[in-house]
Amino acid sequence: MERLRKYGFVAGFLAVPLVLYSVFVISPYVQAFQLSLTSWNGYSSIVQYVGLDNFGRLFGDEVFWQALRNHGVILLVLPIVTIAIALFLSFLLNLGGGPRGAGMRGVWGSTFYRVVFFFPQVLAVAVVGVLFQAVYRPDADGVINGVLARFGVEPVGWLTEPGLALWSLIAVMIWQGVGFYVVLFSAGMAAIPKDYFEAAALDGAGRVRLFFAITLPLLRDTVQVGWIYLGIAAFDGFALVQVLAGDKGEPDGATTILPVTIYKTAFAYNKVGYACAMGVALFFLTVTFAVLTLRTTRRERVEL
Amino acid sequence: MTYPGEITRRQLLRRIGMTAFVAGPGAGLLSACATGGGGGEPSAAPTISASADAKNPFGVDPKKPLEVVIFSGGYGDAYAKDLHEELYKKEFPGVTVKHNATQAIGTQLRPRFISGDVPDVLNNSGPESMDLAALAAEGHLADLSVLFDAPSIDDPAKKVRDTVTPAVLDNAKIDGKDLVLNYTVSHRALWYNAKLFAARGWQLPKTWAEFTALGDTAKQEDILLFAYPGQKGPYYQLWNVLYTAAKIGGNQVLIDIDNLVDNAWNAEPMKQAVTAWVDVQAKYGDKAYFGLDHTQTQIKQLQNKLLFYPVGSWIENEMAKEIPDDFEYAIAPIPDVTAADAMPYGAIQVGVGENFVVAAKGKNPQGGLEYLRIMLSKEGARGFTEKTENLTVVNGAAEGLDLPAGLRSAARAQDAAGENIITDARFEGWYKELFDYGTQQINVVMAGRITPEDFCAKMQKKADAVKKDDAVAKQTRSQ
Repeated sequence: MERLRKYGFVAGFLAVPLVLYSVFVISPYVQAFQLSLTSWNGYSSIVQYVGLDNFGRLFGDEVFWQALRNHGVILLVLPIVTIAIALFLSFLLNLGGGPRGAGMRGVWGSTFYRVVFFFPQVLAVAVVGVLFQAVYRPDADGVINGVLARFGVEPVGWLTEPGLALWSLIAVMIWQGVGFYVVLFSAGMAAIPKDYFEAAALDGAGRVRLFFAITLPLLRDTVQVGWIYLGIAAFDGFALVQVLAGDKGEPDGATTILPVTIYKTAFAYNKVGYACAMGVALFFLTVTFAVLTLRTTRRERVEL
Repeated sequence: MTYPGEITRRQLLRRIGMTAFVAGPGAGLLSACATGGGGGEPSAAPTISASADAKNPFGVDPKKPLEVVIFSGGYGDAYAKDLHEELYKKEFPGVTVKHNATQAIGTQLRPRFISGDVPDVLNNSGPESMDLAALAAEGHLADLSVLFDAPSIDDPAKKVRDTVTPAVLDNAKIDGKDLVLNYTVSHRALWYNAKLFAARGWQLPKTWAEFTALGDTAKQEDILLFAYPGQKGPYYQLWNVLYTAAKIGGNQVLIDIDNLVDNAWNAEPMKQAVTAWVDVQAKYGDKAYFGLDHTQTQIKQLQNKLLFYPVGSWIENEMAKEIPDDFEYAIAPIPDVTAADAMPYGAIQVGVGENFVVAAKGKNPQGGLEYLRIMLSKEGARGFTEKTENLTVVNGAAEGLDLPAGLRSAARAQDAAGENIITDARFEGWYKELFDYGTQQINVVMAGRITPEDFCAKMQKKADAVKKDDAVAKQTRSQ
């Protein structure tokens, strides 16, 4: 009876989210898996099963591989750079001022910076996209090119040069992401007992030493979580690319990414079955990434 | 037509994917989900026949409500809400017309078509317009031949088909049936500022040599000879290159491309057209425009920073609010590229666009047909032109209207062109993947990253792939 009451209580809380989750997350996934085996065009009342044909076609699809290459680059660059910048900034904000009075302080004005860094996170992605359209505008009216023009530099096609476009996009993703991770890492740092720093500082450790010997190891779990978030974000980027670079992966496929390709294949070319196959591939890529990251970074927890 | 993602003439006739139903495991479950209930053969729609009754040829039930969905893009939706629907209500007093204006045609209507709850009249347009060939394959589109054969509102002795420009009938077909009404007429070529030319005493260039010479003159005043928007609107340049190829080699060049004829893209006129425009871009263009969108580019033209812009006659209404006093839109035919172009100087593209369909399995298909008949009346068409400053397919409907300068110039250009009308490239609607690929590659070739020969070869390769793809339903045209 006691047990029943306990589980009934728990189940009562779980029921609603579970139902919502199955209806809006699980069931679309199941349908996507099913549709990936068909040649459905989105309209037909006849659904024809084609087995694994769609997946076979994926292997020969130039656009798909182009998208994967781009995701690979984003996956390598986005987490590392974002986390590095976020760690640096949150260290400055929380501990950078060195020991002062009781415990560690951030640099002067850190409460103000904390708010400022979070701003980009508050903006809708579409707004960010439009904003950076103006920033990257390829003539002297652009924000960056306007400055360059003053120094007599020819305008740069940030989003139209095949060698630059993807990096310009990644820069926006980093700019937008850093604020969130600053907050995340700040929270993590706040949880580290102050005496560790005091003790180390008493023994003569400098800020660099404090960071690498105490902060980083004790933040490991938080950084790991951030890494996975960013890795998953590297497989997304739909709205930003759609607004900033359009849906054709211009220039020369430099900004082709899977979510945009899936959307276009399903709703512009009406190859819903094939698009679902891409979606399934994306699903496995993301899951594989998350599992690999968790596995390779697993180790004994540090007891605080 | 403010949105270049938007589709002016896109019948989106592709991919029917009609094959035998293979019942796999879970097929029942599947059909209960995203794919809707049905399963099995699409049900047949009731056929409607037209009587000679000029008042109500389709036998509309005067009490049955009508639902109209309008794409609220460049034309807005006032022409439907304040005009066509009011005319319908006048004809059937007391009837309710449900008006639904949206830009997300596909998002809103795809589920409704699958579940069977469809609107009666649909303006299928915009970046999310639906695949009409797929809808036709499901029997969702009403046969418009009864509409074309019905008596016209203005003159019951005349059939509707005799009151519209012939291109309407040609462009109505999907798989041989009349299913789509194209309502607007547009004129495409190069557009320029007539007042600037008058002030400088410049003449329209008739040959390529005159064209580039004007480019040199304009350069001294820091004006670009030509630019197109590399963002969102590169298909304006794809059109331009295609129409130039048709001017050099005749309409057969485009017909072959549409029919996926072997090596159609590698034809000499196509190569000449691409080469000519790539040269213009290299010598007289500015690479910054590869990163500007249509609005930014059009504003630059209004500031007299560029002379010629490849677009259609909707441009004037699109930019109406921005046009300064010293600017007047006018159309300029594409100059002669070679000394022996198949079409003489003056040839321009005139085409029909803006799709309207009637749902065959809706609640009131008769009402839908009657609504289109009202649109095709002189009053309906004239009102459309007044509200949108764009011409319709109805013959003589704009007579006596005070048209804006750009439209007048287009009408004059059409008169001057006479028989030399460049046809539309229909693969844009038929094989969207090929067209999309083209809009992407045109930027690459114009930027000089591949040669014109590479461009033609790449397009041919893609066209061959489309031709081989059984999943893509093929369309053909004879003229």
